[in-house]
Amino acid sequence: MRFSINGADHEIDFDIRTSLLDLLREHLQLTGTKKGCDQGACGACTVLVDGERINACLALAVQYQGRAITTIEGLGTPGHLHALQAAFVEHDGFQCGYCTPGQICSAVGMAAEARRGVPSVVTADLAATQIALDHDELRERMSGNLCRCGAHNGIIDAVRQVLAREAA
Amino acid sequence: MQRFEYHRAADTAAAIALAARAPEPHYLGGGTNLVDLMRENIERPRTIIDVTALSSAIEARPDGGILIGAGAKNTAVAEHRAIRERFPMLARAILAGASAQIRNMATVGGNLLQRTRCYYFYDDAAHCNKRKPGTGCDAVEGFNRIHAILGASPSCVATHPSDMCVALAALDAIVHVEGPGGRRSLPFGAFHRLPGDRPDLETALGPAELITAVELPAGAAGLRSTYRKVRDRASYAFALVSVAAALRIEDGKLAEVRLALGGVAHKPWRAATAEAALRGKPAGADAFRAAAEAELAAARPLSGNAFKIELAKRTIAATLSELAGARP
Repeated sequence: MRFSINGADHEIDFDIRTSLLDLLREHLQLTGTKKGCDQGACGACTVLVDGERINACLALAVQYQGRAITTIEGLGTPGHLHALQAAFVEHDGFQCGYCTPGQICSAVGMAAEARRGVPSVVTADLAATQIALDHDELRERMSGNLCRCGAHNGIIDAVRQVLAREAA
Repeated sequence: MQRFEYHRAADTAAAIALAARAPEPHYLGGGTNLVDLMRENIERPRTIIDVTALSSAIEARPDGGILIGAGAKNTAVAEHRAIRERFPMLARAILAGASAQIRNMATVGGNLLQRTRCYYFYDDAAHCNKRKPGTGCDAVEGFNRIHAILGASPSCVATHPSDMCVALAALDAIVHVEGPGGRRSLPFGAFHRLPGDRPDLETALGPAELITAVELPAGAAGLRSTYRKVRDRASYAFALVSVAAALRIEDGKLAEVRLALGGVAHKPWRAATAEAALRGKPAGADAFRAAAEAELAAARPLSGNAFKIELAKRTIAATLSELAGARP
Protein backbone atom coordinates (compact mmCIF):
# COMPACT_ATOMS: atom_id res chain seq x y z
CA MET A 1 0.00 0.00 0.00
CA ARG A 2 1.28 3.44 -0.89
CA PHE A 3 1.33 6.34 1.57
CA SER A 4 2.42 9.95 1.23
CA ILE A 5 3.81 11.19 4.54
CA ASN A 6 5.50 14.55 5.02
CA GLY A 7 6.03 14.77 1.27
CA ALA A 8 7.74 11.39 0.93
CA ASP A 9 6.17 8.29 -0.63
CA HIS A 10 6.25 5.00 1.29
CA GLU A 11 5.31 1.53 0.03
CA ILE A 12 4.27 -0.43 3.14
CA ASP A 13 2.70 -3.80 3.81
CA PHE A 14 0.94 -4.24 7.17
CA ASP A 15 -1.84 -5.99 9.08
CA ILE A 16 -5.12 -4.53 7.83
CA ARG A 17 -6.18 -3.81 11.44
CA THR A 18 -3.41 -1.25 11.92
CA SER A 19 -4.42 2.28 12.85
CA LEU A 20 -2.81 5.23 11.10
CA LEU A 21 -1.22 6.05 14.47
CA ASP A 22 0.44 2.63 14.78
CA LEU A 23 1.49 2.76 11.12
CA LEU A 24 3.32 6.03 11.77
CA ARG A 25 4.89 5.03 15.07
CA GLU A 26 5.58 1.30 14.70
CA HIS A 27 6.18 0.89 10.97
CA LEU A 28 7.72 4.22 10.00
CA GLN A 29 9.33 5.18 13.31
CA LEU A 30 7.65 8.58 13.15
CA THR A 31 7.24 8.67 16.92
CA GLY A 32 6.52 12.40 17.15
CA THR A 33 2.82 11.54 16.90
CA LYS A 34 1.84 10.32 20.37
CA LYS A 35 -0.48 7.61 21.63
CA GLY A 36 -2.44 8.89 24.63
CA CYS A 37 -5.87 7.34 25.10
CA ASP A 38 -6.04 5.40 21.80
CA GLN A 39 -9.80 6.03 21.73
CA GLY A 40 -10.29 9.53 20.38
CA ALA A 41 -10.58 11.30 23.71
CA CYS A 42 -7.26 13.16 24.09
CA GLY A 43 -6.00 14.38 20.71
CA ALA A 44 -2.34 13.45 21.31
CA CYS A 45 -2.39 11.55 17.99
CA THR A 46 -3.63 14.49 15.90
CA VAL A 47 -2.15 14.59 12.38
CA LEU A 48 -3.12 16.46 9.22
CA VAL A 49 -4.64 14.69 6.20
CA ASP A 50 -4.91 16.90 3.11
CA GLY A 51 -4.54 19.78 5.55
CA GLU A 52 -7.37 18.68 7.87
CA ARG A 53 -6.76 17.56 11.45
CA ILE A 54 -7.89 14.07 12.43
CA ASN A 55 -7.28 11.58 15.26
CA ALA A 56 -4.83 9.01 13.87
CA CYS A 57 -5.82 6.50 16.59
CA LEU A 58 -9.40 6.22 15.25
CA ALA A 59 -8.27 6.00 11.62
CA LEU A 60 -7.73 2.63 9.98
CA ALA A 61 -4.52 3.22 8.02
CA VAL A 62 -5.87 1.40 4.97
CA GLN A 63 -8.43 4.20 4.46
CA TYR A 64 -5.71 6.83 4.06
CA GLN A 65 -3.71 5.43 1.16
CA GLY A 66 -2.67 8.09 -1.31
CA ARG A 67 -3.68 11.02 0.94
CA ALA A 68 -1.21 13.73 1.92
CA ILE A 69 -0.42 13.02 5.58
CA THR A 70 1.53 15.55 7.65
CA THR A 71 2.91 14.82 11.12
CA ILE A 72 4.85 17.00 13.53
CA GLU A 73 8.06 15.81 11.83
CA GLY A 74 6.79 17.42 8.63
CA LEU A 75 6.04 20.79 10.23
CA GLY A 76 9.39 21.70 11.82
CA THR A 77 12.85 20.40 12.71
CA PRO A 78 15.08 21.13 15.72
CA GLY A 79 17.12 23.53 13.61
CA HIS A 80 14.14 25.09 11.88
CA LEU A 81 11.14 25.30 14.19
CA HIS A 82 7.62 25.87 12.93
CA ALA A 83 6.31 29.22 14.15
CA LEU A 84 3.95 27.41 16.52
CA GLN A 85 6.77 25.32 17.98
CA ALA A 86 8.76 28.47 18.71
CA ALA A 87 5.71 30.13 20.23
CA PHE A 88 4.99 27.11 22.46
CA VAL A 89 8.55 27.41 23.82
CA GLU A 90 8.20 31.14 24.34
CA HIS A 91 4.82 30.89 26.14
CA ASP A 92 5.45 27.73 28.20
CA GLY A 93 2.80 25.91 26.17
CA PHE A 94 3.85 22.57 27.69
CA GLN A 95 5.46 20.87 30.64
CA CYS A 96 5.98 17.18 29.85
CA GLY A 97 5.50 17.76 26.12
CA TYR A 98 3.52 14.60 25.42
CA CYS A 99 0.43 16.37 24.06
CA THR A 100 2.46 19.03 22.23
CA PRO A 101 2.80 17.44 18.74
CA GLY A 102 -0.96 16.87 18.71
CA GLN A 103 -1.63 20.40 19.99
CA ILE A 104 0.52 21.91 17.24
CA CYS A 105 -0.88 19.80 14.40
CA SER A 106 -4.36 20.60 15.72
CA ALA A 107 -3.62 24.33 15.80
CA VAL A 108 -2.41 24.23 12.17
CA GLY A 109 -5.63 22.52 11.11
CA MET A 110 -7.71 24.87 13.27
CA ALA A 111 -6.18 27.94 11.63
CA ALA A 112 -7.05 26.58 8.19
CA GLU A 113 -10.65 25.96 9.31
CA ALA A 114 -10.92 29.51 10.63
CA ARG A 115 -9.49 30.96 7.38
CA ARG A 116 -12.25 29.29 5.36
CA GLY A 117 -14.90 30.51 7.82
CA VAL A 118 -15.87 27.30 9.64
CA PRO A 119 -17.95 28.37 12.65
CA SER A 120 -17.74 26.80 16.12
CA VAL A 121 -20.45 26.15 18.67
CA VAL A 122 -19.55 29.39 20.47
CA THR A 123 -19.80 31.49 17.30
CA ALA A 124 -22.78 33.76 17.99
CA ASP A 125 -23.70 34.42 14.35
CA LEU A 126 -23.48 31.23 12.31
CA ALA A 127 -24.07 33.18 9.11
CA ALA A 128 -20.98 35.36 9.65
CA THR A 129 -18.29 35.03 7.00
CA GLN A 130 -15.45 36.40 9.17
CA ILE A 131 -14.74 34.92 12.57
CA ALA A 132 -12.62 36.63 15.23
CA LEU A 133 -10.64 33.97 17.08
CA ASP A 134 -10.92 35.33 20.62
CA HIS A 135 -10.09 33.41 23.79
CA ASP A 136 -13.42 31.56 23.95
CA GLU A 137 -13.26 30.57 20.27
CA LEU A 138 -9.73 29.20 20.64
CA ARG A 139 -10.59 27.26 23.79
CA GLU A 140 -13.58 25.68 22.05
CA ARG A 141 -11.73 24.95 18.81
CA MET A 142 -8.80 23.34 20.65
CA SER A 143 -11.00 21.32 23.04
CA GLY A 144 -10.15 18.07 21.26
CA ASN A 145 -6.60 18.31 22.63
CA LEU A 146 -6.16 17.67 26.35
CA CYS A 147 -3.11 18.71 28.36
CA ARG A 148 -2.86 16.96 31.72
CA CYS A 149 -0.04 19.25 32.84
CA GLY A 150 -2.51 22.12 32.59
CA ALA A 151 -0.59 24.24 30.10
CA HIS A 152 -3.76 25.29 28.29
CA ASN A 153 -3.30 29.00 29.03
CA GLY A 154 0.21 28.96 27.55
CA ILE A 155 -1.04 26.96 24.58
CA ILE A 156 -3.79 29.48 23.85
CA ASP A 157 -1.31 32.37 24.21
CA ALA A 158 1.10 30.70 21.77
CA VAL A 159 -1.62 30.01 19.21
CA ARG A 160 -3.01 33.55 19.52
CA GLN A 161 0.42 35.07 18.96
CA VAL A 162 1.08 33.04 15.81
CA LEU A 163 -2.38 33.77 14.40
CA ALA A 164 -1.94 37.48 15.11
CA ARG A 165 1.44 37.54 13.32
CA GLU A 166 -0.04 35.70 10.34
CA ALA A 167 -2.86 38.23 10.14
CA ALA A 168 -0.48 41.20 10.38
CA MET B 1 -9.40 -6.67 17.17
CA GLN B 2 -10.79 -9.57 15.19
CA ARG B 3 -9.39 -10.10 11.70
CA PHE B 4 -11.49 -8.84 8.79
CA GLU B 5 -11.40 -8.46 5.05
CA TYR B 6 -11.35 -4.88 3.81
CA HIS B 7 -13.11 -3.73 0.66
CA ARG B 8 -13.43 -0.22 -0.69
CA ALA B 9 -16.75 0.08 -2.52
CA ALA B 10 -16.63 1.86 -5.88
CA ASP B 11 -20.38 2.48 -5.98
CA THR B 12 -23.56 1.91 -3.98
CA ALA B 13 -24.65 -1.18 -5.94
CA ALA B 14 -21.29 -2.88 -5.41
CA ALA B 15 -21.34 -2.08 -1.69
CA ILE B 16 -24.82 -3.56 -1.24
CA ALA B 17 -24.08 -6.65 -3.35
CA LEU B 18 -21.00 -7.35 -1.25
CA ALA B 19 -22.83 -6.75 2.05
CA ALA B 20 -25.58 -9.15 0.95
CA ARG B 21 -23.22 -12.09 0.39
CA ALA B 22 -20.10 -11.49 2.53
CA PRO B 23 -19.74 -13.04 6.01
CA GLU B 24 -20.65 -10.71 8.91
CA PRO B 25 -20.40 -7.48 6.95
CA HIS B 26 -20.25 -3.96 8.33
CA TYR B 27 -20.21 -0.71 6.38
CA LEU B 28 -17.41 1.66 7.39
CA GLY B 29 -17.56 5.46 7.25
CA GLY B 30 -15.09 7.62 9.14
CA GLY B 31 -14.60 4.90 11.72
CA THR B 32 -14.68 7.21 14.75
CA ASN B 33 -17.08 4.91 16.59
CA LEU B 34 -16.74 1.58 14.77
CA VAL B 35 -12.93 1.33 14.93
CA ASP B 36 -13.05 2.03 18.66
CA LEU B 37 -15.74 -0.63 19.18
CA MET B 38 -13.77 -3.14 17.08
CA ARG B 39 -10.67 -2.49 19.17
CA GLU B 40 -12.74 -3.22 22.32
CA ASN B 41 -14.10 -6.39 20.66
CA ILE B 42 -17.65 -5.08 21.06
CA GLU B 43 -18.10 -5.06 17.27
CA ARG B 44 -16.58 -8.05 15.44
CA PRO B 45 -17.25 -7.73 11.71
CA ARG B 46 -15.51 -10.15 9.35
CA THR B 47 -16.05 -8.00 6.29
CA ILE B 48 -15.50 -4.26 6.26
CA ILE B 49 -17.01 -2.37 3.34
CA ASP B 50 -15.59 1.15 3.18
CA VAL B 51 -18.30 3.42 1.76
CA THR B 52 -16.46 6.74 2.13
CA ALA B 53 -15.95 6.93 -1.65
CA LEU B 54 -19.74 7.11 -2.17
CA SER B 55 -21.75 10.33 -2.26
CA SER B 56 -20.62 13.17 -0.04
CA ALA B 57 -22.33 15.89 -2.08
CA ILE B 58 -24.47 18.55 -0.38
CA GLU B 59 -27.15 19.79 -2.75
CA ALA B 60 -29.03 22.95 -1.79
CA ARG B 61 -32.31 22.92 -3.67
CA PRO B 62 -34.14 25.99 -4.95
CA ASP B 63 -37.25 25.10 -2.90
CA GLY B 64 -35.24 25.51 0.33
CA GLY B 65 -34.59 21.83 1.02
CA ILE B 66 -31.13 20.26 1.11
CA LEU B 67 -29.96 16.76 0.16
CA ILE B 68 -26.87 15.57 2.05
CA GLY B 69 -24.90 12.57 0.75
CA ALA B 70 -24.34 10.00 3.51
CA GLY B 71 -20.57 10.27 3.04
CA ALA B 72 -20.49 14.01 3.80
CA LYS B 73 -18.24 14.77 6.73
CA ASN B 74 -19.79 16.41 9.80
CA THR B 75 -17.59 19.49 9.32
CA ALA B 76 -18.66 19.82 5.69
CA VAL B 77 -22.32 19.89 6.74
CA ALA B 78 -21.79 22.35 9.60
CA GLU B 79 -19.82 24.80 7.45
CA HIS B 80 -22.09 24.64 4.41
CA ARG B 81 -23.50 28.09 3.85
CA ALA B 82 -27.04 26.99 2.96
CA ILE B 83 -27.24 24.80 6.07
CA ARG B 84 -25.99 27.61 8.31
CA GLU B 85 -28.53 30.01 6.84
CA ARG B 86 -31.58 27.75 6.40
CA PHE B 87 -31.14 25.25 9.26
CA PRO B 88 -28.92 26.86 11.91
CA MET B 89 -30.00 24.34 14.57
CA LEU B 90 -28.38 21.57 12.51
CA ALA B 91 -25.06 23.40 12.10
CA ARG B 92 -25.02 24.22 15.81
CA ALA B 93 -25.92 20.67 16.84
CA ILE B 94 -23.08 19.22 14.79
CA LEU B 95 -20.62 21.78 16.16
CA ALA B 96 -21.72 20.89 19.71
CA GLY B 97 -20.67 17.28 19.15
CA ALA B 98 -17.29 15.56 19.60
CA SER B 99 -14.13 17.50 18.67
CA ALA B 100 -13.02 19.21 15.47
CA GLN B 101 -10.76 16.24 14.67
CA ILE B 102 -13.63 13.78 14.96
CA ARG B 103 -16.03 16.02 13.01
CA ASN B 104 -13.46 16.05 10.20
CA MET B 105 -13.57 12.24 10.06
CA ALA B 106 -17.16 11.33 10.91
CA THR B 107 -19.78 10.96 8.19
CA VAL B 108 -23.49 11.80 8.26
CA GLY B 109 -24.48 8.17 7.66
CA GLY B 110 -22.19 6.99 10.44
CA ASN B 111 -23.53 9.60 12.83
CA LEU B 112 -27.03 8.08 12.51
CA LEU B 113 -25.59 4.65 13.31
CA GLN B 114 -23.54 5.55 16.39
CA ARG B 115 -23.81 3.08 19.23
CA THR B 116 -24.69 4.17 22.75
CA ARG B 117 -21.98 5.37 25.16
CA CYS B 118 -23.47 3.36 28.07
CA TYR B 119 -20.51 2.14 30.16
CA TYR B 120 -21.99 -1.33 30.47
CA PHE B 121 -22.39 -1.67 26.71
CA TYR B 122 -18.68 -0.90 26.34
CA ASP B 123 -17.64 -3.31 29.12
CA ASP B 124 -17.48 -6.86 27.84
CA ALA B 125 -17.55 -8.16 31.46
CA ALA B 126 -20.89 -6.46 32.22
CA HIS B 127 -24.42 -7.68 31.50
CA CYS B 128 -25.93 -5.90 28.53
CA ASN B 129 -29.03 -6.86 26.54
CA LYS B 130 -27.92 -4.60 23.71
CA ARG B 131 -24.51 -6.23 23.33
CA LYS B 132 -25.61 -9.77 24.19
CA PRO B 133 -29.41 -10.19 24.09
CA GLY B 134 -30.94 -11.94 27.08
CA THR B 135 -28.05 -11.37 29.49
CA GLY B 136 -29.65 -8.57 31.52
CA CYS B 137 -28.83 -4.91 32.11
CA ASP B 138 -26.32 -3.77 34.71
CA ALA B 139 -27.20 -0.10 34.17
CA VAL B 140 -30.71 -0.35 35.66
CA GLU B 141 -29.28 -0.90 39.15
CA GLY B 142 -25.83 0.54 38.43
CA PHE B 143 -24.25 3.90 37.69
CA ASN B 144 -27.00 5.41 35.56
CA ARG B 145 -26.51 9.14 35.84
CA ILE B 146 -26.18 9.47 32.04
CA HIS B 147 -29.03 7.13 31.18
CA ALA B 148 -32.56 7.50 29.80
CA ILE B 149 -35.57 9.08 31.47
CA LEU B 150 -38.00 8.66 28.56
CA GLY B 151 -39.04 5.64 26.50
CA ALA B 152 -36.73 3.18 28.26
CA SER B 153 -37.57 -0.44 29.09
CA PRO B 154 -36.53 -2.91 31.78
CA SER B 155 -34.21 -4.38 29.12
CA CYS B 156 -32.29 -1.21 28.29
CA VAL B 157 -31.91 2.32 29.63
CA ALA B 158 -29.20 3.47 27.20
CA THR B 159 -29.33 6.81 25.40
CA HIS B 160 -28.53 7.70 21.80
CA PRO B 161 -25.33 9.80 21.81
CA SER B 162 -25.78 11.95 18.70
CA ASP B 163 -26.30 15.71 18.68
CA MET B 164 -26.84 15.93 14.93
CA CYS B 165 -29.69 13.43 15.08
CA VAL B 166 -31.61 15.55 17.60
CA ALA B 167 -31.71 18.38 15.08
CA LEU B 168 -32.61 15.97 12.26
CA ALA B 169 -35.54 14.72 14.37
CA ALA B 170 -36.82 18.25 14.90
CA LEU B 171 -36.40 19.08 11.20
CA ASP B 172 -38.44 16.05 10.01
CA ALA B 173 -35.47 14.84 7.98
CA ILE B 174 -35.89 11.95 5.57
CA VAL B 175 -33.41 9.08 5.53
CA HIS B 176 -32.80 7.61 2.07
CA VAL B 177 -31.64 4.01 2.14
CA GLU B 178 -30.85 1.41 -0.49
CA GLY B 179 -30.61 -2.34 -0.08
CA PRO B 180 -30.95 -5.65 -1.91
CA GLY B 181 -34.69 -4.98 -2.23
CA GLY B 182 -34.28 -1.53 -3.75
CA ARG B 183 -34.59 2.02 -2.48
CA ARG B 184 -36.86 3.44 0.22
CA SER B 185 -37.19 6.57 2.30
CA LEU B 186 -37.85 6.68 6.02
CA PRO B 187 -39.15 9.59 8.09
CA PHE B 188 -36.49 10.38 10.68
CA GLY B 189 -38.80 9.49 13.57
CA ALA B 190 -39.16 5.96 12.19
CA PHE B 191 -35.45 5.37 11.67
CA HIS B 192 -34.32 4.77 15.27
CA ARG B 193 -36.16 2.36 17.59
CA LEU B 194 -37.05 2.45 21.26
CA PRO B 195 -35.47 -0.48 23.14
CA GLY B 196 -38.53 -2.55 24.13
CA ASP B 197 -37.35 -6.12 24.66
CA ARG B 198 -34.92 -6.01 21.72
CA PRO B 199 -32.42 -3.21 22.48
CA ASP B 200 -29.94 -4.89 20.13
CA LEU B 201 -32.14 -3.69 17.25
CA GLU B 202 -31.49 0.04 17.03
CA THR B 203 -32.75 1.12 13.62
CA ALA B 204 -35.25 0.18 10.94
CA LEU B 205 -32.46 -0.80 8.53
CA GLY B 206 -32.75 -4.30 7.02
CA PRO B 207 -29.85 -6.62 6.23
CA ALA B 208 -27.29 -5.01 3.88
CA GLU B 209 -29.31 -1.77 3.71
CA LEU B 210 -27.12 1.31 3.34
CA ILE B 211 -27.94 4.92 4.18
CA THR B 212 -27.33 6.86 0.95
CA ALA B 213 -28.51 10.36 1.88
CA VAL B 214 -30.31 12.49 4.43
CA GLU B 215 -32.82 15.02 3.12
CA LEU B 216 -33.83 18.21 4.89
CA PRO B 217 -37.32 19.10 3.65
CA ALA B 218 -38.01 22.73 2.84
CA GLY B 219 -40.72 22.91 5.53
CA ALA B 220 -38.43 24.04 8.35
CA ALA B 221 -36.10 26.14 6.20
CA GLY B 222 -35.58 29.65 7.48
CA LEU B 223 -37.28 29.11 10.85
CA ARG B 224 -35.62 30.74 13.83
CA SER B 225 -33.83 27.78 15.37
CA THR B 226 -31.03 26.72 17.66
CA TYR B 227 -29.51 23.84 19.62
CA ARG B 228 -28.58 23.97 23.29
CA LYS B 229 -26.49 21.26 24.93
CA VAL B 230 -25.97 20.78 28.66
CA ARG B 231 -22.99 18.64 29.64
CA ASP B 232 -20.51 18.04 32.44
CA ARG B 233 -17.83 20.23 30.88
CA ALA B 234 -18.00 23.15 28.49
CA SER B 235 -16.83 21.25 25.43
CA TYR B 236 -16.09 17.78 24.08
CA ALA B 237 -18.54 15.79 26.18
CA PHE B 238 -21.77 13.94 25.49
CA ALA B 239 -25.06 15.61 26.37
CA LEU B 240 -26.76 15.14 29.70
CA VAL B 241 -29.70 16.93 28.10
CA SER B 242 -29.90 18.78 24.81
CA VAL B 243 -32.66 20.67 23.04
CA ALA B 244 -33.16 21.37 19.35
CA ALA B 245 -35.84 24.00 18.88
CA ALA B 246 -37.37 26.04 16.07
CA LEU B 247 -40.30 28.39 16.07
CA ARG B 248 -42.24 30.95 14.10
CA ILE B 249 -44.25 33.62 15.86
CA GLU B 250 -47.18 35.40 14.20
CA ASP B 251 -49.05 38.16 16.04
CA GLY B 252 -47.41 37.09 19.30
CA LYS B 253 -48.62 33.52 18.92
CA LEU B 254 -46.66 30.36 18.14
CA ALA B 255 -47.61 29.57 14.56
CA GLU B 256 -45.03 26.80 14.36
CA VAL B 257 -42.93 24.96 16.97
CA ARG B 258 -40.44 22.14 16.54
CA LEU B 259 -38.78 20.56 19.54
CA ALA B 260 -36.55 17.52 20.06
CA LEU B 261 -34.46 16.31 23.01
CA GLY B 262 -31.13 14.53 23.20
CA GLY B 263 -29.48 12.61 26.05
CA VAL B 264 -32.82 11.46 27.46
CA ALA B 265 -33.84 8.40 25.44
CA HIS B 266 -32.76 5.45 23.30
CA LYS B 267 -33.48 7.59 20.24
CA PRO B 268 -33.57 11.31 19.49
CA TRP B 269 -36.78 12.34 21.28
CA ARG B 270 -39.25 14.41 19.29
CA ALA B 271 -41.20 16.35 21.92
CA ALA B 272 -44.58 16.08 20.23
CA THR B 273 -46.55 16.62 23.44
CA ALA B 274 -44.83 19.93 24.13
CA GLU B 275 -45.23 20.99 20.50
CA ALA B 276 -48.97 20.30 20.62
CA ALA B 277 -49.28 22.20 23.91
CA LEU B 278 -47.62 25.26 22.40
CA ARG B 279 -49.15 25.49 18.94
CA GLY B 280 -51.31 28.59 18.67
CA LYS B 281 -50.46 29.76 22.21
CA PRO B 282 -48.95 33.14 23.03
CA ALA B 283 -45.15 32.90 23.20
CA GLY B 284 -43.93 33.32 26.76
CA ALA B 285 -42.08 31.82 29.68
CA ASP B 286 -45.22 30.42 31.33
CA ALA B 287 -46.32 28.60 28.19
CA PHE B 288 -42.83 27.22 27.64
CA ARG B 289 -42.58 25.89 31.19
CA ALA B 290 -46.05 24.32 30.99
CA ALA B 291 -45.19 22.61 27.70
CA ALA B 292 -41.96 21.26 29.19
CA GLU B 293 -43.91 19.93 32.20
CA ALA B 294 -46.34 18.20 29.82
CA GLU B 295 -43.53 16.56 27.84
CA LEU B 296 -41.68 15.34 30.91
CA ALA B 297 -44.81 14.02 32.64
CA ALA B 298 -43.96 10.64 31.12
CA ALA B 299 -40.39 10.69 32.45
CA ARG B 300 -39.30 7.82 34.73
CA PRO B 301 -36.06 8.40 36.61
CA LEU B 302 -33.51 5.75 37.57
CA SER B 303 -31.56 5.81 40.85
CA GLY B 304 -28.98 8.29 39.56
CA ASN B 305 -30.58 10.49 36.92
CA ALA B 306 -33.69 12.15 38.38
CA PHE B 307 -31.89 15.48 37.95
CA LYS B 308 -32.32 15.13 34.20
CA ILE B 309 -36.09 15.68 34.47
CA GLU B 310 -35.84 19.18 35.91
CA LEU B 311 -32.77 19.88 33.77
CA ALA B 312 -34.73 18.98 30.64
CA LYS B 313 -37.67 21.18 31.65
CA ARG B 314 -35.45 24.18 32.33
CA THR B 315 -33.41 23.67 29.17
CA ILE B 316 -36.56 23.45 27.04
CA ALA B 317 -38.00 26.61 28.58
CA ALA B 318 -34.71 28.52 28.35
CA THR B 319 -34.09 27.54 24.72
CA LEU B 320 -37.60 28.47 23.61
CA SER B 321 -37.37 31.76 25.54
CA GLU B 322 -34.08 32.56 23.83
CA LEU B 323 -35.62 31.92 20.41
CA ALA B 324 -38.76 33.90 21.19
CA GLY B 325 -36.74 36.77 22.57
CA ALA B 326 -38.71 36.43 25.80
CA ARG B 327 -37.35 36.71 29.33
CA PRO B 328 -36.31 33.21 30.49
